[in-house]
Amino acid sequence: MSITGSEDVLLTASAWKQEGRSVALATVVSTWGSSPRPAGSQLVVDDEGNFLGSVSGGCVEGAVITEAREVMRTGTPQLLEFGVSNDDAWSVGLACGGKIQVFVESVSD
Amino acid sequence: MKLQTLESVIAARRDGTRVAVLTDLETGEQIFYEPGAEDSLSEELIQAAQTALRGDKSVSTEIQGRRWFVQQFNPPLRMIVVGAVHIAQALVPMASIAGYGVTVVDPRRAFASDVRFPDVTVSTAWPDEAMSELRPDSRTAVVTLTHDPKLDDPALEVALKSDAFYIGCLGSRKTHAARLERLAESGLADAGRERICGPVGLNIGASSPAEIAISIMGQITATLRQSDIKPPVS
Repeated sequence: MSITGSEDVLLTASAWKQEGRSVALATVVSTWGSSPRPAGSQLVVDDEGNFLGSVSGGCVEGAVITEAREVMRTGTPQLLEFGVSNDDAWSVGLACGGKIQVFVESVSD
Repeated sequence: MKLQTLESVIAARRDGTRVAVLTDLETGEQIFYEPGAEDSLSEELIQAAQTALRGDKSVSTEIQGRRWFVQQFNPPLRMIVVGAVHIAQALVPMASIAGYGVTVVDPRRAFASDVRFPDVTVSTAWPDEAMSELRPDSRTAVVTLTHDPKLDDPALEVALKSDAFYIGCLGSRKTHAARLERLAESGLADAGRERICGPVGLNIGASSPAEIAISIMGQITATLRQSDIKPPVS
């Protein structure tokens, strides 16, 4: 079986967690309009900001990683929303003007 | 996500079993769904998980006033074609376009040549050995096309003991009846009757090899998208 993008993210999340790092998973749970990555796309991030995978084409990742640190600190999951207007979309990197919801949760023992 | 849930998803992917994770988007509560092991789940949640797995699509959905994200973890689609025959030459490219990773199995080297099957994984091992190595899983379709019991039967014996979601065998009703009698000798009569599509393919009046390939591909698609997702055999 080939290693898919999604599997790689999960394997990395597991490996990082077992190394004793704080780890969070971000998952695209809803998309409206044209968005670069489908629901189910995932990103793993650790407490130092190392990350793998993607939830959008690029720039939203910065905001997700910042939020993920807060989620790792508090242990409370967050549902984030990005996009809406074309101008806003440009500013967070959703060049297509789509809208996405991203669920961010920590990996716990 | 609990590390244990994460490990369960990774193990399922490694084993080729289909699982889903349901997340309450407000509380973060998470449920690991495995077909056949869903005792404590409500009917609506089971349906949502089955729909996501059948359609290869993770979705957000509202169930009983709570908003859930249903994430499917399906292994990749595969097809094993036993018999590098004329129909296979049509079926293999169709299956590739439909997203299947295809392997053709035929120990007869003249049939399984690179000229006839460019850009496809071809195994010239004996079908039982090849099948044991390929390990059909819940996202694998197996199609036997050789007409020759020496080649088809050993492949079928492995397929019937696996979780392959589709098993189809070329041959007339009479040929299929004889096949089931042979399988009975290996104690696989019931499994054969229940699981083998024989004669293979949808009844669309197909006559040329390409048309027969279309009828097979149609039947595989119907099975993939319309059947309940079953618990593992073993």
